[in-house]
Amino acid sequence: MDFPVLSLITFFPLVGALAVLFIANQDNQNAALLWKTGFIFAVAEFVLSLPVLIAFDGGTASMQFTERLPWIKSLGISYFLGVDGINLWLVLLTTFFVPLCILCSFSYIQKRIKEYIISFLLLETAMIGTLVSLDLILFFVFWELMLIPMFLLIGIWGGKRRIYSAVKFFLFTAVGSIFMLVAIIVLYFYNLKTTGTATFDLLELYKLQIPGSLQLWLCSAFFLSFAIKVPMFPLHTWLPDAHVEAPTAGSVVLAGILLKMGGYGFIRFAMPLFPYATHQYVPIIAGLGAVAIIYAALVSWVQPDMKKLVAFSSVSHMGYVMLGLFALNIQGIEGGIYQMLNHGLSTGALFLLVGMIYERRHTRLMEDFGGLAKVMPVFATFLMIATLASVAIPGTNGFVGEFLILLGAFKAYPFWAILGTSGALFGVIYMLWMYQRVMFGPVDSSKNSELKDLSPREIATMVPVAVLILVMGFFPGLFLRKMDASVNHYVTMFETGYALHQKAPQPGQPPVKLARTGHTDSTPEDTVPE
Amino acid sequence: MFDLVWLIPTLPALGVLLNGLLGRKIEAANKSLVHWIACSAVGLSFFLTCLTFLELLQLPAELRLVEFTWFNWISAGEFQSYWAYQIDPLSMVMCLFVTGVGFLIHIYSIGYMGHAEGRYYRYFTYLNLFMFSMINLVLANNFLLMFLGWEGVGFCSYLLIGFWFGNIDNARAGKKAFITNRIGDFAFLVGLFLLITHLGKHGVWSVNFTEVFSHASALPPGIVTAVCLLFFIGCTAKSAQIPLYIWLPDAMAGPTPVSALIHAATMVTSGIYFVTRSNILYQMSPLALQVIAVVGALTALLAASIALTQNDIKRVLAYSTVSQLGYMFLGLGVGAFSAGIFHVVTHSFFKALLFLCAGSVMHGLANEQDMRFMGGMRKKMPVTYLTMLIGTLAIVGFPGLAGFFSKDEILWKTFASGHVLLWMIGVFTAGLTAFYMFRLIFMTFFNECRASREVQAKIHESPRTMTVPLIVLAALSAIGGYIGVPHALGGSNRIEHFLEPVMGTGPGKLIAGGEHLAQEAAHGAYHPSLAVEYLLMLLSVAIVLIGIGLAYTLYVKERERPVQLAERFSGLYRLMFNKWYVDELYGLIAVRPLHRASLFLWKGIDVLIIDGVVNGLARIFGWSGTWLRTVQTGYVQAYAVSLLLGVAGLMLYTLFVLVP
Repeated sequence: MDFPVLSLITFFPLVGALAVLFIANQDNQNAALLWKTGFIFAVAEFVLSLPVLIAFDGGTASMQFTERLPWIKSLGISYFLGVDGINLWLVLLTTFFVPLCILCSFSYIQKRIKEYIISFLLLETAMIGTLVSLDLILFFVFWELMLIPMFLLIGIWGGKRRIYSAVKFFLFTAVGSIFMLVAIIVLYFYNLKTTGTATFDLLELYKLQIPGSLQLWLCSAFFLSFAIKVPMFPLHTWLPDAHVEAPTAGSVVLAGILLKMGGYGFIRFAMPLFPYATHQYVPIIAGLGAVAIIYAALVSWVQPDMKKLVAFSSVSHMGYVMLGLFALNIQGIEGGIYQMLNHGLSTGALFLLVGMIYERRHTRLMEDFGGLAKVMPVFATFLMIATLASVAIPGTNGFVGEFLILLGAFKAYPFWAILGTSGALFGVIYMLWMYQRVMFGPVDSSKNSELKDLSPREIATMVPVAVLILVMGFFPGLFLRKMDASVNHYVTMFETGYALHQKAPQPGQPPVKLARTGHTDSTPEDTVPE
Repeated sequence: MFDLVWLIPTLPALGVLLNGLLGRKIEAANKSLVHWIACSAVGLSFFLTCLTFLELLQLPAELRLVEFTWFNWISAGEFQSYWAYQIDPLSMVMCLFVTGVGFLIHIYSIGYMGHAEGRYYRYFTYLNLFMFSMINLVLANNFLLMFLGWEGVGFCSYLLIGFWFGNIDNARAGKKAFITNRIGDFAFLVGLFLLITHLGKHGVWSVNFTEVFSHASALPPGIVTAVCLLFFIGCTAKSAQIPLYIWLPDAMAGPTPVSALIHAATMVTSGIYFVTRSNILYQMSPLALQVIAVVGALTALLAASIALTQNDIKRVLAYSTVSQLGYMFLGLGVGAFSAGIFHVVTHSFFKALLFLCAGSVMHGLANEQDMRFMGGMRKKMPVTYLTMLIGTLAIVGFPGLAGFFSKDEILWKTFASGHVLLWMIGVFTAGLTAFYMFRLIFMTFFNECRASREVQAKIHESPRTMTVPLIVLAALSAIGGYIGVPHALGGSNRIEHFLEPVMGTGPGKLIAGGEHLAQEAAHGAYHPSLAVEYLLMLLSVAIVLIGIGLAYTLYVKERERPVQLAERFSGLYRLMFNKWYVDELYGLIAVRPLHRASLFLWKGIDVLIIDGVVNGLARIFGWSGTWLRTVQTGYVQAYAVSLLLGVAGLMLYTLFVLVP
């Protein structure tokens, strides 16, 4: 076996957490040291993850850097990690964002600094573990592990209603997870019954042909869990609360990475395991995605609180992701994955910026601001770049994602795609509305006229995000070409999985053709194979 | 030279980077360096465009299509798109005047924006960014890159309209422009996706113009019409036509050179460029063309009627722009694509000139925009007066000047294609144009000066950086029309011949397909005699003269009459003065209901229903827990009673249910 680079990047943050643990911090006397240590570990983690990107071979769809060790032999549970074009960029997005999250917290977090940094590094381990696990139980362990530090981040360092929000966040997600766990166990037993091998190995389970009715049940359980995480309308109401109460870095990591776990779960687990059921659910999910785009955009428009506005915009953007993934074609899925990265960057940037003025003014209500562009020109520029990415102006990353998603969606379900396209309009309405109310007009309040522009530390936080937004907008090929092989592989998997399921394919109609439309024209008889 | 075409948009982009990243420091150190960077970037672009154009002329007409692919841009699966440019007659004509007029306006801005301390570099950064986007728009060889320019110019327009954002009204105007444009972009994108996916059914997964147009004949007619109409909705937003023109008059909140560059000469003509670029599609859909012609004519009339009553000098010009754009669309709609482009070019000269002159007047008059407080500027600003007079004569179509040839070409083609009613609207509007433009001239430059004493004392002619561009543009407005003198007047209509290869019907065309169109066009054409052409020309000149005469009577000789007229026809006057209440109507039927619906979605659906269910569930669990807790009293007697009841229940169950 080669050098276990994935294990290294999964557990390296934990080492950092341990190191931080040993720094004494009575009365905050070592606060600076703590921050530095945390930040250095996070940056080192990012550097360590770069070789994965560099050595990654975009020409193959198979898993790379795999590590496999038996964990609980009697049950067939293994420690199985791997990276392909689907999760590569999400791993990098994670290692990219955590240092920025720690950097932006230096002045924001004043209490329990040590615990804060430990939570963050623990969260990073959990997130990367979730992304690279290819064993269902291992995945589930990391998946649940993510909840704990996030729960603490909201519950300890959050705003006034932090307890309500933290509990709401925890319960929503935990409810979904329970159903998923049941589905995983049922899947395991079904596999044991049909093949005689005990395994939770995802790649093995892909090969299963599960009867339609069972697929529908199992798929529903997985979908519920992931849909809550995304979050899909109407399961989204935990998100605005969690965002509003979470500290800035918590919101950034929640929007930037945690939500992506939902989208990732769909494409890595639910959709390839249950291709038949996925096809059955396409109209529902696509419809909900399109509705979410418009609904959340309209709700954003009337928010008085900037952070809540950005939170609802997340729901809208994730609607695009769902619209793309369920198009089940290359454009849609690559666009969907790209949009996950975009949304991480643009919404992450927006949360960072909202946090920066919250630190200065201790309010996020738009009516308290006005004319900031005059007082804080650098801030205004960054906010404009983030706004442009968010409304998908060509030249920013957002456009690439939305364009590919809508193209894929038009191939699959034109009606929902047209609804989704209108998001381009509604997105501009709420974002420009916010920009105008905060940045333009006369500086009315004396509190605003004395605001300081961004500090060098804050600029250092924003520059990498802004640069990436533009690079991803102008040179999407750098990113997309690493996904091609894997996405292609998954698309074929959905198609053949679905085609195999059609008991008696129409003569003269190749199976691939059936799936390519993305529609499900199956008759009820198809669903009762038992 | 063709290999260097990428430099044309990249030079302004470099200007953006330099001034955008370091501008604050540069401006603090040496202010003139800022405009040197910006102006030389655009100047070099113009120079390169000229060289490219000359090289294109060397090629025979049927080979005048050179594509330059820079890099692969957005691609996934079978869909491929490139960052690529195309050099052909149409893109060169557009690029020439965009960079040329753009360069002049950059220079003019040095003088005009000199007082913008601390934000001088931002202004030039935005202006360069605009040039970058606009050049991409006209040079792109595919829909997607063109759309980048299309959105980019819209964004720059937003930034520049709201440049003085300290006044919230300016910021609002910018936002209105952007949002209105996005309505159009929504339609545009739907059209584009419709086009791509339907061509995809024929195995063509491309957005490249040449490829799309050469396969267009494979599309079903219904789809073509839908695509054309959707695209046209996009154009009505960008080029300010009914029903989405409402943003342009408000856009005058921007600095005047911006109005000249973006909202008169270049950006707003993108729609005309785009329809011409897609003329092969449009010629396949007579319905779409019909719609364009009618919308164009009505817009020309409506905007001219509003312009009659406005007192703000820039607003008069803004409505005049809307009206002129209507003419251009009228031309496209009757199939006279090159006439439309011809008018785009001449209009860019004289309308940029008129705006810059207006800016010059305002500059001398302490930024006064209301014509009621102007007057008598003729002697105090002679250069401005003379150049503006030339611009005005050009726009009203005074024989021999640029507008005469291009506007007459459109009217003639409208008549010749059998659209007599539209032609009548066009001619009537020409009369209105003459009236309101000379009203502007008389109110601004004639009679006594009505400005306050302090302002009057400071009136001065503008600095040379401003007057030189005026003179150059005035010269172009005077002679620009000679690139398209019609055959009837002994010319050879050079611009039409030059553009012919781009048209689906032209001989020596660059794109395969569309032969049947040419035949149909030849078959359906109606050729009135030369005598008719002369007659119509005389008629429109006569109407223009009447308009001028009327303006002279009302605004120089009998100046009490306009007020009396306004009183006599107060209903109509109020309608026109208040812009037919279109803004108010949109607010009533679209904006406010949408806002109310959004509030309902938030408070009603999100908070009340969804969260109500969530919190309700939580509360049910809480209550049931509280209630169940009471069972656990800790009293043995209570447990004994429940035990007894349970046993009794079981016994009864066994006796009555299980045994029989």
